[in-house]
Amino acid sequence: MIRTAIVGLGKMGLSHLAILRAHPDLDVVAGCDSSGYLTDILVKYSGLRCHSDLDRLLENERLDALVVATPSKLHVGMVEKALRRGLHVFCEKPFVLDPQDGERLAALAESTKRVNQVGYHFRFVGAFKEAARIVRSGALGPVHHVRAEAYGPVVLRPKGSTWRSAKAEGGGALYDYACHAVDLVNFVAGVPDGVDGIVRHGVFSQDVDDEIYCTLRYDSGASGQLCVNWSDESFRKMSTRISVWGPRGRLIADRQECQVYLREPHPELPGFAKGWTSRYTTDLTEEVWYYLRGEEYSAQIDYFAKSILAGRLDGENTFRSALAADHLVSMIAGLTGGSTPPPRPAPAGKGMLARLFK
Amino acid sequence: MTADAMTDSMQTAAPMDRVLFGDNQFFGVNHMSEDKARAQAMRFQDTQAIIDVLDAAYAEGIRTFMCTTHDRMAEICDHFRVHAYRYPDYRFYPCMPYAHKYANAVTEHGMIEALRMFLPQDGALSAMLKGGVALAGKDVESIMQLLIDAEMKMFEGLSTPVVFMQNVITDLLLGLRMDDTFRMFHDHVRQRYGAEPGFITMNVPRLLDVLDRLGIDNPIVCANINKIGFRMCGGIALYEETLRTRRFRPVAMSVLASGAIAPREAIEYVCAQARIEAIVFGASSRANIRQTKALIDELTAAAA
Repeated sequence: MIRTAIVGLGKMGLSHLAILRAHPDLDVVAGCDSSGYLTDILVKYSGLRCHSDLDRLLENERLDALVVATPSKLHVGMVEKALRRGLHVFCEKPFVLDPQDGERLAALAESTKRVNQVGYHFRFVGAFKEAARIVRSGALGPVHHVRAEAYGPVVLRPKGSTWRSAKAEGGGALYDYACHAVDLVNFVAGVPDGVDGIVRHGVFSQDVDDEIYCTLRYDSGASGQLCVNWSDESFRKMSTRISVWGPRGRLIADRQECQVYLREPHPELPGFAKGWTSRYTTDLTEEVWYYLRGEEYSAQIDYFAKSILAGRLDGENTFRSALAADHLVSMIAGLTGGSTPPPRPAPAGKGMLARLFK
Repeated sequence: MTADAMTDSMQTAAPMDRVLFGDNQFFGVNHMSEDKARAQAMRFQDTQAIIDVLDAAYAEGIRTFMCTTHDRMAEICDHFRVHAYRYPDYRFYPCMPYAHKYANAVTEHGMIEALRMFLPQDGALSAMLKGGVALAGKDVESIMQLLIDAEMKMFEGLSTPVVFMQNVITDLLLGLRMDDTFRMFHDHVRQRYGAEPGFITMNVPRLLDVLDRLGIDNPIVCANINKIGFRMCGGIALYEETLRTRRFRPVAMSVLASGAIAPREAIEYVCAQARIEAIVFGASSRANIRQTKALIDELTAAAA
């Protein structure tokens, strides 16, 4: 059993805690949150031992792994403490607000050979995995354009009182919806080399952005667009879509389905005819041992546990991989220049990607 | 317990109709396609369009509406109260809560503030939360009762013989191991509403283990049950065994797996699981309602 604790018991933290406690290979020994109200309830009603700060947790519990689900600005310090104690770490997204911190932490995790994973759960959604597989197959030809869109109804009024409405704490749609969309581009079409044409705008918020639009640039000449708006009430919940164009075809994927148009069948993609092919979530989803909100949330935790058991250090969503998203987000935020290429992680199927973008 | 004893005890509990009408199609929920979901949201933005479909289902003999406590349900409830004479035997099975309402509020306002927004504004609990005072005794039971009452308000004067906990809450509490909260929900629904509590879940075997331990006998449990094993955690074989051997009142949902299985094949499978008591499905046209209802009636009779 992997002795695991979780720090940060907000919305995502509680969801993670439920999944962690249901996992057969994980022994969740303790939780940690600064809100005494919440931890008191968990202690009383679920029997979980809880601590009010991370130092106390690390001092008092014998652990193998830590899940970090605190507000984004706290990630750096907590991840570092955990790694220095030799723990495997799963960190919620975005990984870090300052990519320099991320470089240091990724290097630390790699040198100490600890499993490190960030919660970009879209990489565990069947339809997005299928989209990445299709692009890597080469069936569309070299990608010349990609568009990632994320819309939803989070901020619909000119007020807000949580850390998500404070810029310095990693709030706003940029560090929430947009970083998911950026990571999805990285996953499906490869990491862009720069950004320009950036529009950031508060629809209702004073201090942070509610909508973000920008152009993504690849050295190959390929381009992309990012369109994010979390102040759109016409969506029932977060809706994310990625579209990819190549000279031989096009694909569109969202959580539910992956639709592909091929001008000609391709030997690397058996079963896909000329013209449109749709694959649905019912075909693409792998069963999980425990379901809450979506298979992907369980699948990423299971992947983390399996990585620890197998000593897998180069899996999906490593710190290094998430750092590529942080670099782009930092460019979009105007904190680093758009012409500075972000360091590329070594993606699976790197040869094919390199070929696609040449 | 023998199968005969199980059957006896099922007959003593108030029976559910074999066919229940679901509501996903009305509120832009479609597990296959976001485009279809949007088209449905457009079609049903006028409440009368929803009522027309419920009328069509009623004309086909479907008298139970299993519905999420979405804000828009209040208008539908108003219609059924005003025109009660037209639906003398109509029942609602509320499924609570509509989770996105809470989730979005938590993202925007934080957990405590969001909770306060959904509690009665004039209540003592709300006042204490507002003042930043931690609740004495961390009384989850009173909070849960107030939240249930808030969700049930729209159904006042209507028949609600079964009240369900939505799967996102059931499965969250199940994973957190806050087992006592199931007992709290069960007791309040029984005592305050004289209704039978039900639990929607994606994790049937695991939930039954907990309900058994709590001594909640023969619970109504609604879950995905379909021929391709879609969202049946633990696997289709374990579900089939659970359906054969465990004591509970199963309600099958997602029987068509969002359209991935042909209707006859899908319903044949569900009807072959002898102990499934009710089947919930949603449809938008009278033709589809008639076809699915007729298939369930035919294949239920054939399996009997």
